Amino acid sequence: MNNRHIYLLAAFLTALSLGLFAYKSRILGFPVQPQEETQIWNIEAALRFDPGPAAVKATLRIPGLTPGYSLLDEYFISRGFGITTRNAPAGREAQWAVRQATGPQTVYYRAVVYRDDTRLAEDTTPPFPSPPELDEPSRVALEGLIAEVRRQSADVASFTTELLRRINQGERDPYASLFLKRGHTVADRVHLATIFLAGAQVPARVAHGITLQSTPGPVQPESMLEVHDGVQWLYFNPQTLQQGLPENFLIWWRGDEPLAEVEGGFDLDVTLAAQENLLPSMVVAERRAERSGSHAVDFSLFALPIATQAVFSVLLMVPIGALMIVLLRNFVGVKTFGTFMPVLVALAFRETRLVWGILLFAIIVSLGLLIRFYLEKLRLLLVPRLTCVLTVVVLLMAAISIVSQKLGLQPGLSLALFPMVIIAMTIERMSIVWEERGASEAIQEGVGSLSVAAVAYLVMGMLWLEHLVFVFPELLLLVLAATLLAGRYTGYRLLELRRFKGVLPNEAT
Amino acid sequence: MLARARKLDALGVLGLNKRNGDYILRFNPRSRYPLVDDKLQTKQLALAAGIAVPALYGVIRTQHDIRSLPDIVRDHPQFVLKPAHGSAGDGIVVISGRSGSRYRTISGTLLDADFLFHHLSNAINGQFSLGGIQDVVIVEYMVRFSPLFESLSYQGVPDIRIIVFRGFPIMSMVRLPTRASNGKANLHQGAVGAGIDIGTGVTLDGVLGTEVITHHPDTMNAIAGMQIPDWDTILDISARCYELTGLGYIGVDIVLDRDRGPLILELNARPGLAIQIANRQGLLKRLQICEQRADFNATPAERIAFSKGEFRHPVG
Repeated sequence: MNNRHIYLLAAFLTALSLGLFAYKSRILGFPVQPQEETQIWNIEAALRFDPGPAAVKATLRIPGLTPGYSLLDEYFISRGFGITTRNAPAGREAQWAVRQATGPQTVYYRAVVYRDDTRLAEDTTPPFPSPPELDEPSRVALEGLIAEVRRQSADVASFTTELLRRINQGERDPYASLFLKRGHTVADRVHLATIFLAGAQVPARVAHGITLQSTPGPVQPESMLEVHDGVQWLYFNPQTLQQGLPENFLIWWRGDEPLAEVEGGFDLDVTLAAQENLLPSMVVAERRAERSGSHAVDFSLFALPIATQAVFSVLLMVPIGALMIVLLRNFVGVKTFGTFMPVLVALAFRETRLVWGILLFAIIVSLGLLIRFYLEKLRLLLVPRLTCVLTVVVLLMAAISIVSQKLGLQPGLSLALFPMVIIAMTIERMSIVWEERGASEAIQEGVGSLSVAAVAYLVMGMLWLEHLVFVFPELLLLVLAATLLAGRYTGYRLLELRRFKGVLPNEAT
Repeated sequence: MLARARKLDALGVLGLNKRNGDYILRFNPRSRYPLVDDKLQTKQLALAAGIAVPALYGVIRTQHDIRSLPDIVRDHPQFVLKPAHGSAGDGIVVISGRSGSRYRTISGTLLDADFLFHHLSNAINGQFSLGGIQDVVIVEYMVRFSPLFESLSYQGVPDIRIIVFRGFPIMSMVRLPTRASNGKANLHQGAVGAGIDIGTGVTLDGVLGTEVITHHPDTMNAIAGMQIPDWDTILDISARCYELTGLGYIGVDIVLDRDRGPLILELNARPGLAIQIANRQGLLKRLQICEQRADFNATPAERIAFSKGEFRHPVG
């Protein structure tokens, strides 16, 4: 197995890991930071009407194509109504129908939207509009205005701006005034603009929407003029003539039709409301992935029961702790009892916290060692002796817990999570090293184990890291790649530099 | 720090990572490990190949066998108990005589039979073996060390460690027990290590810990300049251990017996690196010399000739 093979494998794992990570964080929006929250808006349309004597059908245009925003969820709330949604030329429609209803009725449409810059008006290029059908004087006025505006503009955008300016002059504009009735609304003007644009062979439509504000409450729909310049849709505010879609503008429906209609009922009243909210990013990402048909969430750890998730959030940190051991053993040269014993001890430290963990560990191991030295005198066989040590360790743990309870020391109680078998083995190993190689060697290795455990604990305790690995388990492939490379590190260990000092001729003196 | 790493590199000092990754993993096939990890197998192999080892008195394999110890050693007042899978001398008991029903160790402590039986039982249950596996205990001849070393050791048996790379002896040292090491020939327990010139078999200055010393701390005799007897025999049996085991990177531990000459004590498939400190020379440089210039199809005699020529002190 030559090194190139390992480099290739490590590079492949790294690419795979980072690729998956980028896909999940960038495209699916999985949160990179813990407790990250995404801004969402709850929007609501309430339709109130009095039903007639017969069947009632209420139609509401609902958000479909919403540049800059994505729908996370939507709900249709009513009592006794059948509900259908369909795609209409102007966008999506929801229809509530009931054969018979008495008394005033209210139906609700609720939706959750979030900001999504990747979402554009991915409409296909519309066909050229057919020229409006008008009587002769109107047609002449229309052509006159178009000719004048065209003279004062360079492209679709400036043409539209100029056109809107002329229309906004209302009665003062000789051409526009022909088309505008007294007491016209903004919507009428926008509608008029679409007619003129149709006359100029420019596809245009009216977009109605709401401005999402941070303060909750009812909002009024506003109109925007959408003009296609042959490449993309341009947006114009008909009043301020500003071009571009404001960030917080959510397009609700398009076309000249009203927001809602009711058939077989009367006194229709529609109110729109919006409220800003924050949702954990993970929830948003999950729902989003679900809606987009991605299986990333199905196969993520979030698909597991909560209790299992909690287990895995710890388990996934174990390789990172093990990586710390690789670094400390193979790069620094720290000696430990047992290869992975420090990781298990570090896991126990999660409950006790560091200082208490080290203290309790030291207490148990030293008491255990004392007992072990006593047991040595009894000349027990190996396995029974190990069992004795284990039993004593468990008893010690219980005793320490009880004592700390009496003293009101909380951390003493979390002791129960110490890996007692590992501790018993550590005591056994330590006592043998103690006897065979002397106390200093045993204590040195003990301190080494504890400091490695402390480092592993500190690294494994990093919340952001835990979050990162849990949301993006593929990052463990990076750990794998790093370990592969570490496995071929044949340079000196840090402590060897000191160990081999004596070999250097000039430094020895 | 980097500067020191570079200096060590220039001297060809071998680090643990490189030893493991580039030599042990490459030249020591895993299937051959049992041959050296089990000292009983090593002994039997060596006997079959006619290489001198301490005589085998008996083997204690089960709890039941422990009671047969007095029978095994009836005719041998002096003997050694050695767990077959023990590492770094763990679990070895050297009995140099009896006092009534009790056994006297080399350091003068008296042990009753019960204690000895308990020790054997621990050893059989794997207390001293890597990974705690079941073990057997070898009862063997106690080496009476050659008076030659008397001036240079405090109790215990000094032993000679030779690193053999694919059949070529490349570096060697002698480990001299001290009072601090409790008569054991283990460097990390305080024994003195002194390099031996492969070319001539003459000792160099010693090392205690990482410090260079010229005189033995207990006997106060000069360490350097002593000719190891039977040096050619020592080189010969260590070189032949390559054919014996098929392991390309081993440490051969040899003792000099007063009557029987050089005997192989044990082989080690993961020999330590302290030998470099004792020689104040890097192993890596010698390994590379071997890899570049040596003919790996040579006979043991040719290999020894090569080693004696190339590794005459100081190398490089």
